[in-house]
This record gives sequence, C-alpha cells and structure tokens, in this order.
Amino acid sequence: MGDNKTLPAAVKRWDENTVKKTINRFPERKEIFHTISGLPINRLYTPLDSRNLDYKKDLGFPGEYPFTRGVQATGYRGRLWTMRQYSGFATAKESNKRFHFLLNQGQTGLSVAFDLPTQIGYDSDHPLALGEVGKVGVAIDSLEDMEVLFDKIPLDKVSTSMTINADAAVLLAMYIAVAEKQGVPMDKLRGTIQNDILKEYVARGTYIFPPTPSMRLITDTFKFCSENMPLWNTISISGYHIRESGSTAVQEVAFTLADGIAYVQAAIDAGLDVDDFASRLSFFFGSHSDFLEEICKFRAARRLWARIMRERFNAKDDSSCKMRFHTQTAGCTLTAQQPDNNVVRVTLQALQAVLGGTQSLHTNSRDEALSLPTEESVQIALRTQQIIGYESGVSDTVDPLAGSYYIETLTTEIEDKAMEYIMKIDEIGGAPAAIEKGFIQREINDAAYAFQKSVDANERVIVGVNKFQVNEERQFDYLRVNPESEREQIKRLSDLRKTRDNEKVNIALQTLRAGAEGDTNLVPLILKAVKVYATLGEICGVLREIFGEYKAADL
Amino acid sequence: MSSSTKIRVLVAKPGLDGHDRGAKIVARALRDAGMEVIYTGLRQTPEMIVRAALDEGVHCIGLSILSGAHNALFPKIMELLKAEGVNDILVVGGGIIPEDDIPALKKVGIGEIFGPGTPLDEIVEYIQNNVKF
Amino acid sequence: MSVADLVEGVLSHNRRYLARLISMIEDEDSRALEALSLLFKHTGKAHIIGVTGPPGSGKSSLVTKLTAELRRRSKTIGIVCVDPSSPFTGGALLGDRIRMQEHSLDDEVYVRSMGTRGHLGGLSRATSDAVRAIDAFGKDVIFVETVGTGQSEVEVIDVAHTVIVTDVPGSGDDIQAIKAGIMEIADIFVVNKCDLPGIEKKVAEINAMLDIDPRERAWRPPVLLTNSRRGDGIPELLDTIRAHYEYLKESGGLQKKGLQRSREELQELMKYKLTRELSLKLRGKPEYEEAIRQIAKREKDPYTVAEQLIAEFLSSMNR
Repeated sequence: MGDNKTLPAAVKRWDENTVKKTINRFPERKEIFHTISGLPINRLYTPLDSRNLDYKKDLGFPGEYPFTRGVQATGYRGRLWTMRQYSGFATAKESNKRFHFLLNQGQTGLSVAFDLPTQIGYDSDHPLALGEVGKVGVAIDSLEDMEVLFDKIPLDKVSTSMTINADAAVLLAMYIAVAEKQGVPMDKLRGTIQNDILKEYVARGTYIFPPTPSMRLITDTFKFCSENMPLWNTISISGYHIRESGSTAVQEVAFTLADGIAYVQAAIDAGLDVDDFASRLSFFFGSHSDFLEEICKFRAARRLWARIMRERFNAKDDSSCKMRFHTQTAGCTLTAQQPDNNVVRVTLQALQAVLGGTQSLHTNSRDEALSLPTEESVQIALRTQQIIGYESGVSDTVDPLAGSYYIETLTTEIEDKAMEYIMKIDEIGGAPAAIEKGFIQREINDAAYAFQKSVDANERVIVGVNKFQVNEERQFDYLRVNPESEREQIKRLSDLRKTRDNEKVNIALQTLRAGAEGDTNLVPLILKAVKVYATLGEICGVLREIFGEYKAADL
Repeated sequence: MSSSTKIRVLVAKPGLDGHDRGAKIVARALRDAGMEVIYTGLRQTPEMIVRAALDEGVHCIGLSILSGAHNALFPKIMELLKAEGVNDILVVGGGIIPEDDIPALKKVGIGEIFGPGTPLDEIVEYIQNNVKF
Repeated sequence: MSVADLVEGVLSHNRRYLARLISMIEDEDSRALEALSLLFKHTGKAHIIGVTGPPGSGKSSLVTKLTAELRRRSKTIGIVCVDPSSPFTGGALLGDRIRMQEHSLDDEVYVRSMGTRGHLGGLSRATSDAVRAIDAFGKDVIFVETVGTGQSEVEVIDVAHTVIVTDVPGSGDDIQAIKAGIMEIADIFVVNKCDLPGIEKKVAEINAMLDIDPRERAWRPPVLLTNSRRGDGIPELLDTIRAHYEYLKESGGLQKKGLQRSREELQELMKYKLTRELSLKLRGKPEYEEAIRQIAKREKDPYTVAEQLIAEFLSSMNR
C-alpha cells in the first residue's frame, strides 16, 4: 500500500524514459486510442487507477449485493450458462424439427423467433404479411401452430425464451395452453417473454399499440405471472437492439436501464410491490467488438442496476436487485465478406459474455449477414459455446478478471457515464418521454452515423471489409425459406377458420373487447380466446381497435 | 441539369421490417452529399412508396429491407411504377439481400443492390452517376 | 413534356403533371414559368393556410389532423412542407411527410416536401410557385408548413391568407427574442400538446404580447388549445380558420392582401428577371472581374462601378 506514494513517481520515470525510448524508435499505431464506444484508453493502468476502489462496497462477492462479480455465488462452477440459440423459420413443423436438432446437439434451452406478421399481430393472410410469412421466424397464427411448434417437446423440462413484444401476452397464453394439454401446470413453466415495448419504438420497430396501452399490457403480464407463474421471466429488458441500431456501450447500458426504470415504475404505479415482481425481471445485452469494454459493460450494468433497485426503488430483497441477463453476440459486427471470419468474431464475443457472467447465451452463425443460418453453421455456433464452457477453463473460477486495474477502472467509468445519461433522461421525464421527444433515437442515430463515417474513413478497421479484402467468388449455401410455406400457412389458416367453433370465438373476442375498454387484467381473457382458436390477428385486431396503433415519426 | 437541380431521393422501408439504422444512415449521407431526401418511415406498402415517389418528383428510390421479403415486394413496386408509365426513376436497394437474388431483381429494373459493408460514398456516387434528368 | 401538356394535365387534375410541374419549378425550368403564366387565371380559389412555429411544436401532426377533419367536410387538400437545406452541402432531410402517413393513399390529398435551398427567408420563390400550381390544380385548402426558426418565418405571410403560429407549453423564455417577428404575423395562435404542464403561463404570455401590440387590428388573433395527438381542439381550430377567412372577405382584407401580394410578386419577378439578365450579361466578362479586383484594391469604388454597369446595361437594352 505504501506503493501508492512512490508509484506516481515510478510511473513518471517509466513514461519519460522507457516509453520515450520506445516511441522514438517507433511511434504508437494511433495518436489517441479509444474503445469502440469512444472512451479513452490509457497506455497503462496501475494500482493508482484503482486506488479508490472499495472491495466490499464496489465489488463485493458473487451472489451478493451489488452483484458486480456475478449473481451466482458459485458462478459457472455450479452450472454453465444456458446455451440458447435463437431459431425459428417458415412453418411450425420445420421449426419444431430445428428445435429437436438443437436439443439433441446439447442446447439447453429453447429460444423462439417469430416472423414479422406474428410479431406485429397480423395473420399470415393479411395484406401487409405479403412476402414476410415465415421469413425471420416461425409463423404462428393460432394455438394450432403453437401445438405443432412444441410437438413432443416436454415443457416441464425445457425453458423457452420467446422473442415477442407487442403481443407477448398472446404468445404467452398460447404457451400456457399448449403446456396445459401436455398436463404441465402454469406454475411449473420456465421461460421468458421479451415483452419490452420501449425499445421497439426506438430500435426494433415491431410495435403495435401506443405506449400507454402497451405499458398496461406489460403490467397485466407482470401481475398475472407474479400470481400464477413464479418461474417465468416476465420481461427481457433489452439493450441488444439498441446496440445493434448503432449506440455505444455506455448508451446501451443507459437506455436499457432507463427502460427498466420505466417498467418498474409502471408496475409500482399499477399497485405492485417492487419485491413482488422485480426478481423475475431479466435483461438482454449484445456482445460487441471491443473485448475488454464489453466485459466491463456487463459488470457495470449489474452493479448499476443493483444500486438503482436498492437506492431508488427501496427493494428490500436482494433478489430484486439481481440483474440476470441473456446475451447475444452482436449481429451488426458480422460481415458478408469472408463469412468464415465471423466464427472468430463470435468466439471472442461469446468469451466476453462468459467472462462478463451472462446467464444464457446465443452465438450467431457465420452466415447471418447473408441469410438465415444453415444447420451446419448453427452447429458451429453452438460448438463455440461448448468449447468455451468445457475446454477453455474460464468457467472454473468466478469473475476471473476482477481486480485488473484496467477492468475495474473501465467498469466504473461505464457505470458513471451511464448514470449521467439516466439522470438526463429523468430530467426529460423518463424513458417514455425521452422516446417521445426523440432524444434516445437522436443519440443512437448520431452514434451510428459517426461509426459508419469512421469505417468509411478507414479509422475503424473491419477485417475483410475495409482492410484485408479479397475478391470473392465463393459460393455459399443459403438457407432459403420455401415460398410454398407462405401459401401452405395461409391454407391452414383458412381451414382453421372453417373447422373451429366460431360462435365461441366471437364470444371470447367480445369479452376481450370489453376487458380492453375497462381495466381488467387482459391475460386471462386472451387465454380464453386462444383456447377456442381465435387467431393472433383477430385478438390483436380487437386490441388495435380499442388501443389504436402507434404512429412513429422521427428522424 | 441546371445549377438549381437537386437530386431528390425517397428512402423507403417496404414491408414489416423495423430495422432502420441503415436507411437512416444512408439518408444522412445523401443529405450530406447535397441531395434532398424524403424518408418514408417504416411499414410502407408498395402503393404508398410509389405514390410518395411520384408526388414528390424524386429521381431515385432507395429501398431498404432486411426481412427477406424483397423478392415479393421489390417486383411489386417496379410493377406499380410501370403501370404509372414511369421508367425514369432510378431504383436501388439495400439490406439483407442474397447475391443469388440480385440478377432477378435487376431484371425487373432495380439498378443496383448495396449489401452490408458497402461504403456510403459508393452509394452516393452511384446515384449521382445514374439518375436521369 | 410540352407547356401545353403540363397546363392541360394540371387543369384536368392529373397529379403526375402537378408533381412534374413542381419539379420543373424547383429546377428553374423555363417551361415552368410559361405554364404558370398560363395557369395563373385559374388560381386564387384556394384558402392558403400557413403553419409555422418552433421545432417540436407539432406542426405536422396538427396539419395532419386538420387535413383529416377537412376531408370529413369533403374538402380537397394540398400540403407543402418546407424544411431547411444545409447551407454547407445544399442537401436536406425532408422529414414532414413521414408524419402524414394517414393520408398517404387519399387521392384528394397531395403532399410535397421542399427544401429552403438557401433562401434565408424560410420560404423560397419555388415554394410560392408550387403553392400556385396546387391552387390551379384545384385544391380547396393548401397548407404551407414551414421551418419554424423565428424571424425568418415572416415570409410565410406573403403566401398565406391565414397564418397559424404554433407553440407548446413550457417552451421557455428564450423564445421571447425571436417572437418579435412571429407574433406580428399570426392570425391564430395554437398552443399544441395542451396536456403538458404550463398551459396557462403560455397562454398568458401570448396574450401579454398581443396586448402590447401597437397596431390597431380588428381581428385580434385568438389563442386556441389543441392536442394534435388526440385530436382535441381540431374542429374548433378549423372553425376559427374558416371564420378568419370570412373576416378577410367581409373586411376587404382579402382584396387588400391580394393587391399587396400582386404588387410584391410583380416586383419580385421583375427583380428576379432583371438580376438574371444582368448576371447573364456580366458573367465571365473579364472587365467585370477586373472591376471587382479594382474595388477590392480600393482603386475604384463600388457605388460608381454599379452606376456605370447599370447605365451600360440599360443602354444596351435600348439598342
């Protein structure tokens, strides 16, 4: 400790002698170094940089507040992270096949991708669904499709994450109904619905209704699940898409946590006690290019959220302060040029997430800048995780990078800068207001533009794209969604409409309409409608009538 | 082209795809290159895109799509333009469009497809060199 | 496309021709001026409404809702949205159309986005000519939505019969300084987003400024409250707009504006034509460039040179 007195002089000496000599022989590669998010990086970090670090207060122990070092006391020594590859395409039948393939290959949880019409509450025969059915995910028009999707998959044994937002309540209801038919009660179901509408307005675009009724649907699901589904994660507050749309790491943390704050506040305003629902909130981040910055980002986010829950929302339970998160490697960093390079990128990004303590992980496939992944590519992506988990040894101790002078300094810096943003957003009136005013969108847009300019100017290197290019003739095997799938799906839908009990459907929809006009919890009503095979489009159609549609307008 | 002629471009997001990072960046780059850019926003049907393009008198339409629906939507748009008797608007596209699909798209009249990693300058120059006045 | 085609196309309500004419107007194509002169006698029927105000005050959403209400009353609409062009690159992001999606396929609504193209007054000649083209086309109401950057808004009154100035509650006292110009041109004030806090203060502010206006005006601009997102206050606003138009007709104000506009327009066009002729004559002439150099070196003075050049020009016209 006495070093801190003599260290400054020692560092100065090193700088002015050893470093200077080296620089005179050859200068550093750049004038200024910074992280991909623009945070400055020093040549060297020493104990001086972490001298203000208080181990107990700032780091603490794994499994204990403020959870900087992780939310599990035994880390991955207890259980590896869940290997959960996002998938789904074309019809429920083909997606079911891919689910079985992945489970057999050692995947430990399911993650469902839905097509755009499904995400936006349209049936496959809606005019706006033209060309979109089954493309970016599986088409689900009714409970019938859901039954096929999970055919022979024991819902009491797998946990399922569903990437669905504006109409999450409907897909959740369908999942519950499928489980019921399998004899699995609600309270045994494990999984997540993304259910994060705020980021849709900003970064992802699959919104349906305006903010206020959307928040109502979200708090309805919180309430329903807190009473009936103790093992279910009601929301995956997402930063991934915010990052994909061009934000910096600091912004990713700030805007995600600001959204989280809005959801917690909405639930409290709806009458829930914070400790009743907060432990089932979960998060979703990206894992981007800057290796060390990303690890620090995860740790900073965990600590910041814990502090927010305790200090701002007075959560009494420690479990309410625990940030559990899923990570996906950053799709926007993958290149169409020299696609095999992407395997390397994904490996690094996966490793970052593991060193950052993620609870579950999706690794992108190498061909994702080109199309949906083939079976071969998705297998490599899964193997990447398995090799990290079983061969590399990084899972054998908890939070191994803690204490590094650079890591702790950067972790604190990200936390501080994110907090600045959050305070700014508070001034504007919270995340919903900041979104309405376009503040968040502008920040992201500026960051995205600046990044693109730096790539075009060759300041930021992307291997294979602006450096180390080759003339490629390589033929790639794409996954093609069979255009017949769209026609088949539409036929199934029309058959369903004839064979179901339309009387019951009408009654259920009427009841739902009345519920939406009032303030009863809509989840049970949606569940009833789903069970009589009302379609997703019909259910959302009723809600669209009552709630209206969100009209985006910003640049 | 007189000194007062500015290239007018409609940047559109056809279909349900909500990823607009690229479209917005291209819009900005075109503006920085001296063009007048009208960004349509999300969820545009082919009819809406063609109506906007004609009413706004644009020289170029840029279509951005990442959802895989381009094979249905791009030809539909070209069809509608043809039905209006329009053959002098440059139409280009970008997003996630497999190389294999590009020849068919060019056959229906799409000028060029700019895939991921295309430098902004390349897009700007292409438009500047290929719009018709 | 010949001038005759253009004129016939516009008069027979073919929107392709209207769009093409406006493009030619912007490109300063001589056919456009010819067409406009032929179309002129068909103009003067539309009620032209200027909408201006600071960014973020919801102008576009107001215009969209007013359009919806007017459509319910069976009126046809033209909308011209003006956004600032970058003084450096000359380019512009024209971002108002995106806010008017609900009318995108209504055949009776025509929307055109224009950049200011370096015209500092907020409104270019091309804009007023475009409005004229839309008038000839036969639209009942034409909205002109402008940049909203303060004093430069003053020009919108040259084009519009009724000028609406928008604002929002809590928009701060720093607006005071720019208000000088805006306050004088408003025929109607609209405080939009009236669900936000600070409404009474904003209304009081506006009324206070109106109170100290030294001009004697028979029409004191009313201050209306709207929530353009929900549609509150829109029918009332429309009725007030109508009332203002009636007032203009009855008080002779419409005629007066018409005379004033015609005088200004004629002067503008003559000035424009003269300046163009002059610069065409002088462009690239080495004596001209030399004179400029001499002025810079203080060997000649600009006043004398100007007199000489004009005198030469005028006498050359007489030959």
